[in-house]
Amino acid sequence: MPEAPVAEPQPLSASDHAAPGGGTAVAVRALRHTYGELSVIESLDLAAAPHEVVGIIGPSGCGKTTLLELIAGLQRATAGEIVVAGEHAPRSRLASCAYMPQRDLLLPWLPAIDNAALALRNRGRRRAAARRAAAPLFERFGLAGFELARPGELSGGMRQRVAFLRTLLAGKPVLLLDEPFGGLDAITRAEMQEWLAGALDAEPRTVVLVTHDVEEALYLCDRVAVLSARPARVVAELTSPDPRATPRTEAVTAAEFSARRERAMRALIEGMR
Amino acid sequence: MSRLAPLAIVVALLGAWELAARWDLIADALSIEPFLIPAPSDIATALWEDRELLADDAWVTLQEVVLGFGVAVIAGVLFAVPLHLSTALRQAFYPILVASQTIPIIVVAPILVVWFGFGIGPKLAIIALICFFPITVNTLDGLRSVEPDLVKMMRTLDASRWQLFRRVEAPTALPYFFSGAKIAVAVAVIGAVFGEWSGSDSGLGHLMLQASAQLLTARLFAAVVILSAFAIGLFWLLGALERRVAWWGPRGG
Repeated sequence: MPEAPVAEPQPLSASDHAAPGGGTAVAVRALRHTYGELSVIESLDLAAAPHEVVGIIGPSGCGKTTLLELIAGLQRATAGEIVVAGEHAPRSRLASCAYMPQRDLLLPWLPAIDNAALALRNRGRRRAAARRAAAPLFERFGLAGFELARPGELSGGMRQRVAFLRTLLAGKPVLLLDEPFGGLDAITRAEMQEWLAGALDAEPRTVVLVTHDVEEALYLCDRVAVLSARPARVVAELTSPDPRATPRTEAVTAAEFSARRERAMRALIEGMR
Repeated sequence: MSRLAPLAIVVALLGAWELAARWDLIADALSIEPFLIPAPSDIATALWEDRELLADDAWVTLQEVVLGFGVAVIAGVLFAVPLHLSTALRQAFYPILVASQTIPIIVVAPILVVWFGFGIGPKLAIIALICFFPITVNTLDGLRSVEPDLVKMMRTLDASRWQLFRRVEAPTALPYFFSGAKIAVAVAVIGAVFGEWSGSDSGLGHLMLQASAQLLTARLFAAVVILSAFAIGLFWLLGALERRVAWWGPRGG
């Protein structure tokens, strides 16, 4: 069987990822999704501007992961409209989205750098070339010296960094992050949030971040949509005036942040009724 | 010290057997002639004295085992991959594969001899027939054990079907393949003996038939020792190869 056609991976500079027209990178309108009789998503609207980080929080099992898979084109929605980077067709949306699941899912037989460069290899780059492209990111994002480490030799936080670089190196304009730090302990998770904040400032992307951690969403995202219990719809939207500020500890303990967290919690509880 | 424990256990068992045979304890208990129960030392003597005879037959059997196992590996993988890629093929052929294992080899073996002659052909067919099954089933399980999330992720990383297979599915299945191959290689030895019993003029199976007819029990057991050594040696070789090329283990260890 032939390799996938060799497409030049998109460069990693921020300016190249603006969606056509500069309007919205991701638009979800009147989305409805059912599994048989079970209604998972009900008239959901969501939008993300280019380079905007949009958070989605909601009760467990409310269809957050389904929403990401629908946006990515991995599943077909029952009804409604999804547009990613101007594309409607699921297959075209898939070409614009990189999906990062909760578990890092690093391939244990590949060293860290080959895991990170997986998308480049899939596009037909040779291993040496793919490694050369990935190496600068290892330097910049605190993984220098671990390029050839096996995933089994890395800590949970490090593995998650490699997984994020793998998503970043896909060169897609839209990143879909599904509870990226859900499996980490509280301290590592806080570190990783600060790390991701730095990474997104250095490599801006349109991000849809699903999490059940209210603080994580409010700290990392420009805007946070609060979903109701199943069938999911947006019950509240909160905007952060100064997301991804450092140091994180100061940012999340500010009085104004606490007030927003409380509003988000109240919206969550409302949405569960 | 603890590394010597397994050796000590084996030595103790052999010693007990030796004494029981020397004092005719087993023969008396079974009410048979003592010469029918060889002691380990008798078997060792037979191994040494019949070494040229045994070596010739062992070489024939070893070739059959290695070649038959090779055919089984190729067949096992050639069955597993299409069955993994196509649900229709899997549903159609999986029951047939299972059914193939209900074929009573001993009964069918003479027919295979009629088909393929007295040479190595029927032996390879019999070994391959019983060895491909654990390889196919394990490899197929391995290919199917890839996590759905990993498949989704690879799709968003622009992987083609072939790349998904080569970068994710095949490495995931490799340790499973080795599990199947290790089971297969142990039974391959039995397959060779079956094959030789149903028609051949050489090989350890042939030698065992003759030794059995002549009540040369020590020689019979000597052949069994060599067959066991083949199985253990090939099993160990596969394990060593597995540690080199599939060290991550099932489910990524």
